[in-house]
Amino acid sequence: MTVLVIAEHDHGSIKSATLNTVTAAAQIGGDVHVLVAGQNAGAAAAAAAQIAGVSKVLHADGASLAHGLAENVAAQVLSLAAGYSHILFPATAGGKNVAPRVAAQLDVAQLSDVTKVVSADTFERPIYAGNAIATVQSADAIKVLTVRGTAFDAAAAQGGSASVEAVAAVADSGQSSWVRSEIAQNDRPELTAAKIIVSGGRALGSAEQFDAVITPLADKLGAAIGASRAAVDAGYAANDLQVGQTGKIVAPQLYVAVGISGAIQHLAGMKDSKVIVAINKDAEAPIFSVADYGLEADLFTAVPELVKAL
Amino acid sequence: MKILVPVKRVVDYNVKVRVKADGTGVDIANVKMSMNPFDEIAIEEAVRLKEKGAATEVIAVSCGVSQCQETLRTALAIGADRAIHVETDAELQPLAVAKLLAALVAKEAPGLVILGKQAIDDDANQTGQMLAALSGLPQATFASKVEVTGDKVEVTREIDGGLEVLSMSLPAIVTTDLRLNEPRYVTLPNIMKAKKKPLENVKPADLGVDVAPRLKTLKVAEPAGRKAGIKVADVAALVDKLKNEAKVI
Repeated sequence: MTVLVIAEHDHGSIKSATLNTVTAAAQIGGDVHVLVAGQNAGAAAAAAAQIAGVSKVLHADGASLAHGLAENVAAQVLSLAAGYSHILFPATAGGKNVAPRVAAQLDVAQLSDVTKVVSADTFERPIYAGNAIATVQSADAIKVLTVRGTAFDAAAAQGGSASVEAVAAVADSGQSSWVRSEIAQNDRPELTAAKIIVSGGRALGSAEQFDAVITPLADKLGAAIGASRAAVDAGYAANDLQVGQTGKIVAPQLYVAVGISGAIQHLAGMKDSKVIVAINKDAEAPIFSVADYGLEADLFTAVPELVKAL
Repeated sequence: MKILVPVKRVVDYNVKVRVKADGTGVDIANVKMSMNPFDEIAIEEAVRLKEKGAATEVIAVSCGVSQCQETLRTALAIGADRAIHVETDAELQPLAVAKLLAALVAKEAPGLVILGKQAIDDDANQTGQMLAALSGLPQATFASKVEVTGDKVEVTREIDGGLEVLSMSLPAIVTTDLRLNEPRYVTLPNIMKAKKKPLENVKPADLGVDVAPRLKTLKVAEPAGRKAGIKVADVAALVDKLKNEAKVI
C-alpha cells in the first residue's frame, strides 16, 4: 500500500496545507510519496523531500504544469495513479479543482474534505455545513480523497530525507489556457494557517469601517483577517477572506468574531476553533451559542478599547 | 449555442438539520426543500447569457425523486426554456450524477454546461469536475465572471489568495461561485408560464447509466458540541479571560 499526496506549492516552496495532508496520508499507513507538478519547481520538490514521513518525491516539470490547470494536472496524476492505493489532495481551491477529475477518470468515487481517517477504507467527513458527520466506506480499488487541513496536525517540514525522482511531464491538453492572476498582496499570516483570526461581519457597515476597526486589532494580535459572507457580498472585504461552508474552513487557537451574527453557513467554517470570542450588540445572536467568551457591546467602542487594553 | 444547467433539490439553506436517532442519516422528512443556492446562480447566469445573445436555449436538468420536478419548474420560471428530469428513487452520488449528465451532454451537445460549485447537503464539490473529465471537456470551477466570445469562454475564478482568469475552448464546463451574480426573484406570471414549458422525463436506464452508490455510509452522527461559554461584562474582563484562563494571547 502506497499513498500519493499531491503537493500544493508556489513553485518555490510547499504550502502548509500539504503538510496536513501528509499527516493524513501517514495515518492511512504505508509509504507516502509526494507529487510536485509545476514548472521550475525544483525548490518546492527539494522542500517536499524534507517533510518528515515522506519516502519519495516525484517531480514533474514542464510548461504544461506552470499554472496548475486542472486538465493537465489531472492527466499528470493519472499517469502515475496505477501504483497507488490512495491519492490525497489538500482540500484547497487547487485540490478541489483537480481531485474529482482524477477520480472520475479512474471511475472511482471521491471523498471530499475528510476530517478523520478511521481505517484505510473508512473516513469521516462533515455534511450539511458541518451539522452532521458521516462515516463513509469506500470499496474502490484506488481511493481519491481531499483532506481538510484544519483536522490534521501539520507534518514536520524538516527532518525527512526522501529521494527526488524526476517524472516526465504530460503534454498540454490544449483545451484551456491561463490568462492572468490577481493575487492579493498582504503580509498577514495565511487565513487557513493562522493561529489567531479576527473576522468582521455586516455590522461594520462599510469597507472603510471594516478596515478602521478590524485592522488595528489584527495588527495587535498578529492575526489574519477573515470575513463573513455578508461582509464580502457587501464589498467590505475581499472574496478570499470569506470564512464559512463555501469559503475557507479555519480552526485557529483564537477566533474573534466582530459584528457577525453567526449563521449556520459561517459557523461551519470556524466552529472547530479552540477559543471563540464574539463581540456583538445583539444578545440573541446565534454566535453567542458557540462563543467561549461573549461580549455584548457596540463593536465601534468595544474593539478600539480592546486594542488599547492589549 | 445551448446551455445545460444541472440543478439539485436540497434541504433549504436556512434549515438546521437534525441527525436521526438511529444514525442512518439526517431527518429530511417534512423539511423545507428548495433549489441548491449555487444552482440558482447557475441558472441565472445561463439566462443572462441567453439575454445577451450568447446562447439560444437553456435546458435545466435535475436527477432524483419525482419532487425534483418542482425544482425544475423553478428553473423554468427563472428563464430556462425546457427541462429534463432524470427520475430515480436511488441514492445518487456525484459520480453517478456526473455519468447521467455526461450521457445528456453527449445527446444534447450543449456549448456550455453551468453547474453550482457544490451542493449544500453533501458538500462534495465534485460533480462539475467529474462531468468535465467524463465528457473530455475543459473546466473552470468557482467562477465569478463568465464571458463568451466566439468559440471561447473566458472565466474569472476565485482561488486561494485572489482571482485567476482562464480561457477555454467551447464546449466547456463552468461551476459557479457565490459572487457570479445575484439570481432574480421569480414572478407569479413567470411561475404560471413555467407550467406550460416542456419537461421531459427519462430514467437512468434510458441513458445507459448504472447509478449504484460507490460509497457506503456507515453512520451519520452529530458533531461534537462545544461546551457552553460565558458572557463577560466588559473589555477588561475579556482581556483577563483570554490572558489568564484561555491563555491564547
